Amino acid sequence: MDERELIPHLFRTEYSKITAVLCRLFGFEQIETAEDIASDTFLSASELWGLKGLPEHPVAWLYTVAKNKAKNYLKHQAVFQQKITPQLKHQVTGTDIPEIDLSPQNIHDSQLQMIFAICHPAITAEAQIGLALRILCGFGVNEIADAFLTNRETIAKRLQRAKDKLRTAQVALTFPPPSEIDKRLETVLRTLYLLFNEGYYSSSHDNTLRKELCFEAMRLTKLLLDNPATNQPSANALLALMSFHASRFDARIDNTGEIVLYADQDPNRWDQALIQQGEHFLNIASEGDKLSRYHLEAGIAWWHTIKADTKEKWECILQLYNHLLQLEYSPMAALNRTYALSKANGKEEAIAAAEKLALDHLHLYQLLMGELYQELSPAKARAHFEKALQLAASAADKKIIEARLRGCAD
Amino acid sequence: MKDFLFVYRSDFSNRPQTSPEEMQANTKRWMDWIGTIAAQNKLTDRGNRLDLNGKVLRPDNMVTDGPYTEIKESLAGYSIVKANSLEEALELAKGCPILTAGGNVEVREISVM
Repeated sequence: MDERELIPHLFRTEYSKITAVLCRLFGFEQIETAEDIASDTFLSASELWGLKGLPEHPVAWLYTVAKNKAKNYLKHQAVFQQKITPQLKHQVTGTDIPEIDLSPQNIHDSQLQMIFAICHPAITAEAQIGLALRILCGFGVNEIADAFLTNRETIAKRLQRAKDKLRTAQVALTFPPPSEIDKRLETVLRTLYLLFNEGYYSSSHDNTLRKELCFEAMRLTKLLLDNPATNQPSANALLALMSFHASRFDARIDNTGEIVLYADQDPNRWDQALIQQGEHFLNIASEGDKLSRYHLEAGIAWWHTIKADTKEKWECILQLYNHLLQLEYSPMAALNRTYALSKANGKEEAIAAAEKLALDHLHLYQLLMGELYQELSPAKARAHFEKALQLAASAADKKIIEARLRGCAD
Repeated sequence: MKDFLFVYRSDFSNRPQTSPEEMQANTKRWMDWIGTIAAQNKLTDRGNRLDLNGKVLRPDNMVTDGPYTEIKESLAGYSIVKANSLEEALELAKGCPILTAGGNVEVREISVM
């Protein structure tokens, strides 16, 4: 790797570490200062590495430069603005500058605390995801805008507002106390799952970017597992769930970038290493006594790693959905459950259940009804597919439905 | 939406011995039925089954065995569902597996205290 490839790579991995450590030292209210110093460090790297060639240990070089910049900043503050220093988390007396600790342990702790600070109930889930991408994953504002299918200004404003709100809420970079950890971890897991889904289901055409989103969500979830306090069954179940989904990432998209539906996917293209990773974490997840929605969803995703259609498979999936819907309703789970019901108990029963869902306004409902009626009543199937086509918003969805309509004609 | 209580009653004295397979099939019927209500986002609380054994406390601390021996319909369990009206709640109760086993479902609106 030459420096033109190395710097973006290191930015992705090291920017968030430097920012988290400095922010923990300065306090969350000075997060912009921490971000500026981290960015500045990379600016120095790109200037100097181009001229003088790569240093022997690029990461150590970055840490040294970041430390020096942080020390200079603190000195400057101490001398010229005595007002700022009393607010520092670690008191600075005179010119006594605190040690800037970029040890693996402190990096790990700082990042974990940053996850909790960002995934804070004081800001919306959307804002949490944006900040997580920026501060925890080192994504640029443009990349975040691409992922959310919006523009740079909107994202910049959203990030700014989110930071202001966290400051107002006086969010601290500390680990939540044991009495709160379960509840806070729930918010963190939810945000990480949304971040993953943003990558997995986004209609952004940038496939590399989407994949990166998924793998960043998995990396952050792994961070939680490295700490005994957050290494809980639900977090392991979430990582298992993400691993099973991610195993199909490449198989879901064909050479021309079109979506390949599950039924048409080539199981040889499913990533066996990720499936095994999922099984590993699902085993660990089963050690606790609490059953989270992630356990159930991971169970469903595991059954989908077996391509063969058996009675047992769909019966198990149906019961997992029955259970999941009791824990937490969502229209998607209700529709998927109805599909499982048709596979396990027959199409007539599934149609009767589907009619009670009150989800007629969703194109996925109409698509499902079309599928269920395909053999029983081709005319009804066609009517449902046509409604689905009217309701579908994205071009990719429309293409899938048009293919179904063509299938009806024969 | 209001909450409604489903009270399941059946005749315990008249229950035939069931094989593990039948019990499993029975559990599946219950789970599928409850799942269909949950899939409509109308399940407040799945509730619980009630054990057959119980005592009744009467005035003056008199304790008697449950009234089960005398009455054909014993309390078997309960759930709580959401519906706009009693009629809608009754509609949800249709298909309850207890109906095919000689039992019944009593549907009562829960008035919030």
